[in-house]
Amino acid sequence: MANVTSARVGYVPPAEVAEVDLYHPKSWVTKYVFCQDAKVIAIQYAFTAIAIGLVALVLSWMMRLQLGFPDTISFIEPGTYLQFITMHGMIMVVYLLTALFLGGFGNYLIPLMVGARDMVFPYVNMVSYWVYLLAVLVLVASFFVPGGPTGAGWTLYPPQAILSGTPGADGGIILMAISLILFIAGFTMGGLNYVVTVLQGRTRGMTMMRMPLTVWGIFVATILALLAFPALFVGSVMLALDRVLGTSFFMPIIVEMGQQLKYDGGSPILFQHLFWFFGHPEVYIVAVPAFGIVSDLIAVHARRNIFGYRMMVWAIVAIGGLSFVVWAHHMYVSGMNPWFGYFFATTTLIIAVPTALKVYNWTLTLWKGNIRLTLPMLFAIGFIVTFVNGGITGLFLGNVVVDVPLSDTMFVVAHFHMVMGVAPILVIFGAIYHWYPLMTGRMLNTAMGHFHFWVTFVGAYTIFLPIHYLGFLGVPRRYFALGETSFIPESAHTLSAFITVVVLIVGVAQLVFFFNLVWSAYKGKAAGRNPWGATTLEWQTPEIPPGHGNFGPTLPLVYRWAYDYSVPGQAQDFVPQNQPPATAAAGGETPGTRGAAT
Amino acid sequence: MAVAILLILVAAGSVAFHLLSPWWWTPIASNWGYIDDTITITFWITGVVFVVIVLFTAYCVIRYRYRPDRRAEYEPENKKMEVWLTILTAVGVAAMLAPGLFVWNQFIAVPDGAAVIEVMAQQWQWSFRFPGKDGVLGTSDARNITSENPFGVNPNDPKGRDDILVEGGEMSLPLGKPVKVLLRSIDVLHDFYVPEFRAKMDMVPGMVTYFWFTPTRTGTFDILCFELCGVGHYNMRGKVNVVEDSAFNAWLQEQRTFAQSLAEAGAGDGINPVSDEGGADAANRRLAQRGAH
Repeated sequence: MANVTSARVGYVPPAEVAEVDLYHPKSWVTKYVFCQDAKVIAIQYAFTAIAIGLVALVLSWMMRLQLGFPDTISFIEPGTYLQFITMHGMIMVVYLLTALFLGGFGNYLIPLMVGARDMVFPYVNMVSYWVYLLAVLVLVASFFVPGGPTGAGWTLYPPQAILSGTPGADGGIILMAISLILFIAGFTMGGLNYVVTVLQGRTRGMTMMRMPLTVWGIFVATILALLAFPALFVGSVMLALDRVLGTSFFMPIIVEMGQQLKYDGGSPILFQHLFWFFGHPEVYIVAVPAFGIVSDLIAVHARRNIFGYRMMVWAIVAIGGLSFVVWAHHMYVSGMNPWFGYFFATTTLIIAVPTALKVYNWTLTLWKGNIRLTLPMLFAIGFIVTFVNGGITGLFLGNVVVDVPLSDTMFVVAHFHMVMGVAPILVIFGAIYHWYPLMTGRMLNTAMGHFHFWVTFVGAYTIFLPIHYLGFLGVPRRYFALGETSFIPESAHTLSAFITVVVLIVGVAQLVFFFNLVWSAYKGKAAGRNPWGATTLEWQTPEIPPGHGNFGPTLPLVYRWAYDYSVPGQAQDFVPQNQPPATAAAGGETPGTRGAAT
Repeated sequence: MAVAILLILVAAGSVAFHLLSPWWWTPIASNWGYIDDTITITFWITGVVFVVIVLFTAYCVIRYRYRPDRRAEYEPENKKMEVWLTILTAVGVAAMLAPGLFVWNQFIAVPDGAAVIEVMAQQWQWSFRFPGKDGVLGTSDARNITSENPFGVNPNDPKGRDDILVEGGEMSLPLGKPVKVLLRSIDVLHDFYVPEFRAKMDMVPGMVTYFWFTPTRTGTFDILCFELCGVGHYNMRGKVNVVEDSAFNAWLQEQRTFAQSLAEAGAGDGINPVSDEGGADAANRRLAQRGAH
């Protein structure tokens, strides 16, 4: 029989600190605009992130139109094409995914799931959002400066990022650097909040090892971000100095159009180390919250405890730690010392072990479950497929010598879109279908949801699977046009055109989702309390949607872990975390009702 | 249920796509068949894992779909199973990593006696430098670059006088001879890649990088730039002709040496190395002198 832990169900430590009163809004402005309630801040983050994400979506249509149907759209030129891919990548990775997972889901779910009334520093939390908004506005402004936004690729590699052969080298790159600096400043304020709230704001009885995996994922991802973003901050500052003041942090002696520039002695590879010291953990900053959320979606909708909870927690922590020692696998062919290859290939492939264990545990949670094929479950299953697919192609790219022919081909594009584009976004959709009833009190429309799932999942897979094969063939990424290339057959162009058509269909299908979000807010079926039968605290609030202060007059006490589903001997197939053991375990304590606690 | 059928279709469709796809590696033209082998090993291990996981998920969805009269099994952990899965995964990972590191070891160890050539990149063209009769490339530096000396070869280095300079983006290589390719860039990052050779490396201004390979098949192959280098990136093309030894030597004979190109440029022997600060000025001065002739 399972032996989760030695701690008994029902252990609730005494309160050590008196509750602190919340800030209560005094006007409409402090209630909805300059608001200190994490739930409102979450919605603000989410709206802003999705709005700028739509810009990135449209940019992806532009680049796909160029790739599928070259020379048909006159305003797409080589320079604008590079600007499209750059802004698409940067927006999606930083301004959409990072902001939505941490600023959006983090703000909404952390206080509710750990049983806190709000984040521990609500004022700083509010400022975090407004600085983020400013960063987005600066980013948008770069579209309107002379020369347009930077077209240096989302990796912003110098020297080209700040030289005249790259579009946006005038103002675009400077605004990009400023926007990133602002984003990081804003994120740090929010991030400190998430970490301290998890560490200090949990309600009585909510031990670390009773926390839902959603909170674990966001918590670990935030720590990663707090440690990784400073490297990008430094890189952005130095890049801006090289561009504006003519310093030479990243700039060696350079001959441009026959003339030696006034740079000397800098190292382009130094920037790459700084960038990827941020950039690799960034992958996990996006992935780890998705891991956490999808674990909860699967457990709730399969009516089964997450399989191997402690393993899942330690896997998240291990992945987070390892993610800081794998960054140079993005640089195998950068010209860095080739001896690094041994080290970084080994660490990179080691990270596959905890990642694979998470995948096994998701599927083993389905195994012997009682699976409800609700919309969140469908998206969770879609995540498993795309994440496994994207994960295994990472084993190609991580394995140093295999990366040599594949680096900078379309294989890389297919890999990272599958693993950190499609997979986390499927989780975001699943999470929205799951928590929308909590946020609005109404269910999202199921028919529209099914249409959305089928088109998105089948479409995304159809888009990205064949792109791997273009990469095997040797088709390079970031190419405006393939032109006459002896090894690229006509069929590859036909495939490109087909992919573009699917991209447009999947893109337009998202309109159904947005329509559903609006329509269901007014016309959706009333959700009632806890429509999914979940154990976690956010569904046990006295009001749905939760009010200011989340839990009414008294905070909930937590007696058990978050995964008491289908516990033998219980009337219901779930036991809320705050249900005292006396009523939960009618026949006394069974081993099954033991909660994990440290 | 539909989703279970979908999962089965995804697994079967992915395998079918792989088998039927006309898009696959170009026929190899270098000694790096080992890289292809490592990819094949990786492909099979990961492919089997993918199909098994997707089909297992489909099985669970069918077998354990919701019934109100049933309960899921309550089983928080299964240590034995988790340990076994960890061991199996670790073995699979090791089976991919070991050949990968083994081949990497060969990739970075240039065999003794490999011919040395240099590829120089700039926005947006390729140039090539072959050692002359002495078999050694002269030293070079971006500080030396002038309109007469586009490679920045050190004019005072006697080893560089006989270096053979090839501009125009097309070069030849002899069949079957290991060659160490030194890579230089004078402006931004570039990357020299011929898909048929499988080997590539970035070219970084301020330093010299390298890779090595042995051409194993004659023919003409496209050179592409594989590191984003600005608006002309997609247009930065070249060609490499792999030919028999005799044809290669004949081709090399037709090319100009550094000394010849200096003489033709009119700068002659009087050229001095351009100092760090005076680079642009010196170039201008020489241009002015040329105008006066």
